[in-house]
Amino acid sequence: MSASTLSATASATFAETSAAAQRRLGIAGYWACFKGIVWREILRYLHQRERFLSALVRPLIWLFIFAAGFRQTLGVSIIPPYQTYVLYEEYIAPGLLAMILLFNAMQSSLSMVYDRETGTMRTLLVSPFPRSFLLLSKLLGGVSVALLQSYAFLFVAYWWGIEPPPIPNIQLFTFYDAPSWTGGVIGSMADPITNTLFSVPAFIQPYVGYIAVAPAIILAGLMLGALALFISSVIKQLENFAGVMNFVIFPMFFASSALYPLWRIREASPPLYEICRLNPFTYAVELIRFALYGQIDTISLAIVVGFTVVFLAAAVFAYNPSKGLIARRGGPGGSA
Amino acid sequence: MTPTMTATDPKLGAADQERTPALVVNGVSHSFGDKKVLDNVSLTVDQGAFVMLLGLNGAGKSTLFSLITRLYDNVSGEISICGFDVRRKSSQALQRLGVVFQSRTLDVDLTLMQNLKYHAALHGYSTREATRRGRLALELVGLSDRGNEKVRALSGGQLRRVEIARSMMHRPDLLLLDEPTVGLDLGSRESVIKIVRELVAKEGLGVLWATHLMDEVLRTDQVVVLHQGVVLYNGGVPQLLTQTGTTSVREAFRALTGTKAPIEEAA
Repeated sequence: MSASTLSATASATFAETSAAAQRRLGIAGYWACFKGIVWREILRYLHQRERFLSALVRPLIWLFIFAAGFRQTLGVSIIPPYQTYVLYEEYIAPGLLAMILLFNAMQSSLSMVYDRETGTMRTLLVSPFPRSFLLLSKLLGGVSVALLQSYAFLFVAYWWGIEPPPIPNIQLFTFYDAPSWTGGVIGSMADPITNTLFSVPAFIQPYVGYIAVAPAIILAGLMLGALALFISSVIKQLENFAGVMNFVIFPMFFASSALYPLWRIREASPPLYEICRLNPFTYAVELIRFALYGQIDTISLAIVVGFTVVFLAAAVFAYNPSKGLIARRGGPGGSA
Repeated sequence: MTPTMTATDPKLGAADQERTPALVVNGVSHSFGDKKVLDNVSLTVDQGAFVMLLGLNGAGKSTLFSLITRLYDNVSGEISICGFDVRRKSSQALQRLGVVFQSRTLDVDLTLMQNLKYHAALHGYSTREATRRGRLALELVGLSDRGNEKVRALSGGQLRRVEIARSMMHRPDLLLLDEPTVGLDLGSRESVIKIVRELVAKEGLGVLWATHLMDEVLRTDQVVVLHQGVVLYNGGVPQLLTQTGTTSVREAFRALTGTKAPIEEAA
């Protein structure tokens, strides 16, 4: 068919009743929209092989080289969730998962800010659905990609001998370093003696860690994604990824429990210890760490949920092109 | 009666709604810092009308489009699509709007159909309906057999046609095109213009076409001349020529804007 001939059937069947048009913006419409946004992120990711590899190589370098080198110098004593001495590789694996989330969050949020004026974000923002919903869906799309990256990392780590132990029951646990009153409040949900929420059938036990970590990754990823979107919307100076590395990723990563337990940091430097305790990234790491061991670190969970809500609200406000901080900062560069 | 009231009144029938202009821009001004980019701009695009927004680069065309698509909120004045104010009733307004942005907005790594289905999802269509509309849209622009190819494999003109197809998937009443022919060769330009003009004739939607290429104007078009953020002329082509005492749109544009420099020619 020639390019210039309009098809009569095409014009006829595009039409829809206004009732149908209304329904499109109902619950089913929201779901279709959400699915479409997430699926597009995953499709794009699967088509970019270099991105997949670089996202995988980074944590593996830490695991294979850094952790192996420090194995002899850093002993990790028995602290929750561990019930035995663990290799340093095993200790930093959850931190490396969180690092994957952090890098992914910063990358996708930066591109959301830079694409805002020109490319794909504009087509997203002319969707009739509310912008907060579109941004949340977009963030969750990024988290889905991070989830794929995380499992790829866990898969390689498994062949390296790093895997969570079989888990006989799911436990509630309070953050080992938390103020005592918090444990008293939240811990009462579980069996008071064993701290057990429920037992796990034997054939599932080896996989519990891998399953339980998914919700932890999603939640931590959403928190970091929202934080990243907020930061990159507000701070204009973060113009390239090197700046982000220096001023966001490295400080958050190193001043946390990702590479060393907090009690070790307290021995070395009490002020740094306090900083680590204020760092939301610490709680993302601990949430993931405990989840891999079939435990719900209730304090970390509560803190991550709280930060997620706060960061999401801040990100939606800061990013919203028509109301947010970007709009107040001035117009588009060069466009008119 | 204002257009806003007309369309939001549920008791009014389809006949009344049809008379509601596809786009009303009324007294809109916008500044970036101290720089006033749009100064009291007003224009109307009726349903089934083809309106040419003429202006040089930097005249404020893209800013106006950003305001209509709600990238920024219009600080003063009002903008409504089919009677729905873009700020107060943005969902209904955006539902009736199709846009072809100046920058390329397709994912080059994905196939045509994947791109189109994504767009359909953004408008709330189920997967099945998205597929159906995707096929129809490709048919509309003559690319039916290319649906499973990656966008990367397309030429510039074909890319534009896909973007037009995408903007038509939810059957909008208003279609905005921001410099859609920039960077295209002559043949592609002609086919893109032809497709959109046929859409206007057949589907009866209103089109606002921003360009600095004067030879894209037909005598039957409505012309809005935007220069340094101010509307200098708004009306038909014959009156434009009479008013300025010229014989071509290009000369008329020069006379109106006082531009001495040669206006960029088509590729």
